[in-house]
Amino acid sequence: MKAAQENLVTLNINGLQKNLYVRNAETLLYTLRDQLGLMGAKPGCENGDCGTCTILIDGTPINSCHILTVEAVNHQITTIEGLLDQTVQNDFIKNWAIQCGYCTPGYVLNSYALIENCPDPDDAVIDEWLESNICRCTGYQEIKEAVKSMLNVRKNKNGSYY
Amino acid sequence: MIAFDFEYYKPTTIQEAVTLFYDLQANGKIPHYYAGGTEFISRARMHEIQVDAVIDLKGIPDCNEFQFNGNQLVIGSAVTLTTIADSNLFPLLSDVSRAIAHRTARNKITIGGNISGHLCYREALLPFLLADSEVVIAEKKGIRTTSIHKIYQNGVQLNDGEFLIQIITDGQFSNYPYWSSKKTKHSNVNYPIVSLASMKVDGKIRVALSGVCDFPFRTEQLELVLNDTSYSEQTRIQQVLNHLPGATHNDMHGSREYREFVLAQELAKLLQRSKGVS
Ligand SMILES: Cc1cc2nc3c(=O)[nH]c(=O)nc-3n(C[C@H](O)[C@H](O)[C@H](O)COP(=O)(O)OP(=O)(O)OC[C@H]3O[C@@H](n4cnc5c(N)ncnc54)[C@H](O)[C@@H]3O)c2cc1C
Ligand code: FES
Ligand code: FES
Repeated sequence: MKAAQENLVTLNINGLQKNLYVRNAETLLYTLRDQLGLMGAKPGCENGDCGTCTILIDGTPINSCHILTVEAVNHQITTIEGLLDQTVQNDFIKNWAIQCGYCTPGYVLNSYALIENCPDPDDAVIDEWLESNICRCTGYQEIKEAVKSMLNVRKNKNGSYY
Repeated sequence: MIAFDFEYYKPTTIQEAVTLFYDLQANGKIPHYYAGGTEFISRARMHEIQVDAVIDLKGIPDCNEFQFNGNQLVIGSAVTLTTIADSNLFPLLSDVSRAIAHRTARNKITIGGNISGHLCYREALLPFLLADSEVVIAEKKGIRTTSIHKIYQNGVQLNDGEFLIQIITDGQFSNYPYWSSKKTKHSNVNYPIVSLASMKVDGKIRVALSGVCDFPFRTEQLELVLNDTSYSEQTRIQQVLNHLPGATHNDMHGSREYREFVLAQELAKLLQRSKGVS
């Protein structure tokens, strides 16, 4: 039980242990950006609406603007900087699924979680997942194509995409 | 950024959470129960709420239960909407949950947070109103079980310091024919103009609504009117509109007239669909 308003916590980020002082009131979005210099998670609406701040907690997409940093203790945090697997990013490039790029880290992480968690999704499932993110440049069709192309490659390789 | 500071507690028992709440209060502090935290963080950021301590309920095992106990479906208040939507333990609840927010938000929003939150929609409540579910509440003296209608009908009636532990639903309600529909102003992800959940139990339609009034509701009078086959469908729908339990919600998402128009359309679809379903 912690009674202070700021605490020393250990976060597991992209496979590394980081010890840092955080205010209980701080959201993970700002800890990542301001304290750890991980700028991939972007501030957008800060209201859970746009998905540009998406990170993965234990492999599940979460809006980092809607989680207190203290809640992430004892969980595995993955940011775009930690997604060293280039294949997802490459599929976005190949399918022209990037314009200004502001939404892209969120989309890439969400798409990665989708293909990891649902290897054989139908269109409705893909839509359900992608609905969580907003692209200000409205590249929705290209983004969906990128996800489908990742899934196809994975299927053709009998499930071993990487 | 949240401009004020607070203490953060993550109790592991119900008793610990309740004791913490009252101890903090006795020390002149404002404690606040916290589950998914999505509403709290947004409200705190926008200076709509200020507290001295948050008590995170996610560490309490009873709040994370999600299973059949005999014929009773037990849903802990900290279970997320994604977990519920992806399961098929209570299909109507899964469908209604899947229509709330978007998937990433649902990974964090809890069922207890949705039905106890300060927004007027609380859509996940609708299936529980139809199923006459029971709620398990933590209170100062211990735990009490009561009808969902007493606590959540027309607003949240929890006393200061009380919190929702679980919702218990008779398993038979997972098997009745059901239909739900959610109409929003434009995109799929939005608050409802009308969210309707219905079930046919013993030949009678049950219906619960969100987005129509300033609170989600199910009323006996409305169902009596809707099931009275001595009148035409059109008359029944008009009677429902005349028997709403409060003023029709009117805001930037939808005017009063528009909400009533959409409600009439959805009720017509419901009456069509329920024909021949026993
Ligand atoms: C992007 C987005 C879209 C949304 N769309 C919809 C929608 O379409 N339909 C809809 O109905 N809602 C919608 N919501 C609202 C959301 O369901 C509510 O704000 C809900 O309260 C969030 O749940 P939480 O677990 O994150 O709540 P928290 O922020 O943890 O809590 C919300 C409130 O409930 C109280 N509380 C939480 N758990 C308990 C408990 N067990 N017992 C007693 N009190 C408790 C807290 O004290 C707090 O006052 C949306 C939210 C977001 C972020
Ligand atoms: S910044 Fe987090 S969802 Fe928009
Ligand atoms: S590429 Fe510009 S916001 Fe999506």
